[in-house]
Amino acid sequence: MKTNNNTLLYILFIAVFAILLPAGYLSGLLSVNTISVWGRYFCFAIAALGIDLIWGYTGILSMCQAFFFCLGSYGIAMHLLLKKTATAGAVLPDFMAWNKIETLPFFWQPFQSFGWSLALCLLIPAVFAFIVGFVLFRSRIKGVYMAIITQALTLAMWLIFLRNETNLGGTNGLTDFSTILGFPLSSSSVKLGLYMISFVILCGAYFCCYKITHSKFGKVLQAIRDSESRVSYTAYKVVDYKLAVFVVAALLAAAGGMLYLPQTGIITPGRMDVKASVEMVMWVALGGRGNLKGAVIGALLVNFLYSICTSLFPDSWLFILGFLFVITVLYFDKGFMGLIDSIKQRFSATRFKTPQTTH
Amino acid sequence: MLLNVNNLSVSFGGVHALNLDHFSLRDKELRVIIGPNGAGKSTFLDIICGKTKADKGEITFNGKSILGKTEVQIAEAGIGRKFQKPSVFPGLSVYDNLLLAAKMKKDIFSSLFFKSTPALADRIHSVAVKLSLTNVMYKLAGDLSHGQKQWLEIAIVVLQDPTLMLIDEPAAGMSDEETEKTGALLLELSKAHSIIVIEHDMKFVEQIANELVTVLVRGKRLMEGTFAEVKNDQRVIDCYLGRTNAQLETL
Repeated sequence: MKTNNNTLLYILFIAVFAILLPAGYLSGLLSVNTISVWGRYFCFAIAALGIDLIWGYTGILSMCQAFFFCLGSYGIAMHLLLKKTATAGAVLPDFMAWNKIETLPFFWQPFQSFGWSLALCLLIPAVFAFIVGFVLFRSRIKGVYMAIITQALTLAMWLIFLRNETNLGGTNGLTDFSTILGFPLSSSSVKLGLYMISFVILCGAYFCCYKITHSKFGKVLQAIRDSESRVSYTAYKVVDYKLAVFVVAALLAAAGGMLYLPQTGIITPGRMDVKASVEMVMWVALGGRGNLKGAVIGALLVNFLYSICTSLFPDSWLFILGFLFVITVLYFDKGFMGLIDSIKQRFSATRFKTPQTTH
Repeated sequence: MLLNVNNLSVSFGGVHALNLDHFSLRDKELRVIIGPNGAGKSTFLDIICGKTKADKGEITFNGKSILGKTEVQIAEAGIGRKFQKPSVFPGLSVYDNLLLAAKMKKDIFSSLFFKSTPALADRIHSVAVKLSLTNVMYKLAGDLSHGQKQWLEIAIVVLQDPTLMLIDEPAAGMSDEETEKTGALLLELSKAHSIIVIEHDMKFVEQIANELVTVLVRGKRLMEGTFAEVKNDQRVIDCYLGRTNAQLETL
């Protein structure tokens, strides 16, 4: 029964996003912007999967996922900018010329090649997560302290990225790209292609996360969430497991960021400010933590709501989000998916008159 | 001797929680530790399993010092712990609780690519039968009754297959019938494992204490002897009853 429901949900999901939406665009019903917007939401959903792994399953509230997301975005942005500069015949990107920089900073060099850029976009967040995680988990920092430290770290990185001296475009970020691998970013078919790639990678990421959470590894993660000391006394090296899941979550966030960039055409440090990093956690909280479907649906739904609300009542989005969050915390702590589950249970309870156990 | 403890002391904020001159345990011995509240019984087990760091002293297990080792190293060396307050994984099913506990390679990659074998399933099943958990195998551990959680935690320790089991108040919150069953189980386990049991329930202690009983009082070892000796020792009676009597007398 349960697997049937799941399969139905997957088929529906794929039908809507892989067939219905592209078909709507090809038949002229939807604008290419709608496609691109959903493509961006998929990127958020990929990052949300990582948050669900580390927070929903392992119980570690990491507030630096937005930073990992930005590392992925910035890497691709640097590559695209260098490509554009080269085709224009210039040596340095415009903003560097304005800042009176004469030579390309050393850390920009590897981003000349697309392959290196891809590798570094994943490698840098992974190494960063490994080092931060190693220090934090070894000193047994957990709970709210973990959240505060990772949030402070994100804030520090945000301040660094804001500075012009960092040579990453400062407040304005990196923007104004023209092509990716020779394909013009403004063309509709490239946008559709990026949308499809994002969708496929989202499905792949979901599949991997599903496999991870259903393996014994995933059970150890949940065991760490429930009773970390018992896990240690059962001879599992908790630090190893936490580190592994932290690195995986960072990779997922970075992958989301990498796909996000060519579809938005701009990355600024605003993507990793405090608001952005809290918002990312909220997607998972509202969707239902400890539930991979919840993370994906949460990310898609909240962002969809965001685009509706910001066009209808531009000033009140944060109030709406805050209100939703309060309601979720107070009444359905398992989020949207938990709400659906309890409605389903109540429905079947009234239909079959079976006594339900409550706790 | 399997376990040797000498001059072990630990204090919390200036208060001596434990000041144990000597303690030793034979292989496959079942030892009961009794003592009034605050005698340092749980603290003693906490130090052995690595939860609490000792200030000074030495503990050797199988000839190797285990003081200062991490919980995981101590668990790998063959020491399993059951806590006073049941410590299980409430969000996982009973079967998964047992699966995680079972002795096997426990690094990340072994867990990621783990495949269950019939031998392992049999082993889990046989332990579950012993502890009457077969009916609740697919229930969440958090939904079990208190007694069942106690048994589940004992099952977790048994599946780890440790040389030494540290069992803290296994009969707490159990009915008489459950208590007796737990006692019989511990006696059976002691054929293959060394066990240290902390208990308050004297009827239960009488049932399982076929060998020595150690009495701790205010962090020190008061005496060691058979249950009959301990029961009739005036000092033991005093420390359990004396103070109450003294209070009554002053009234």
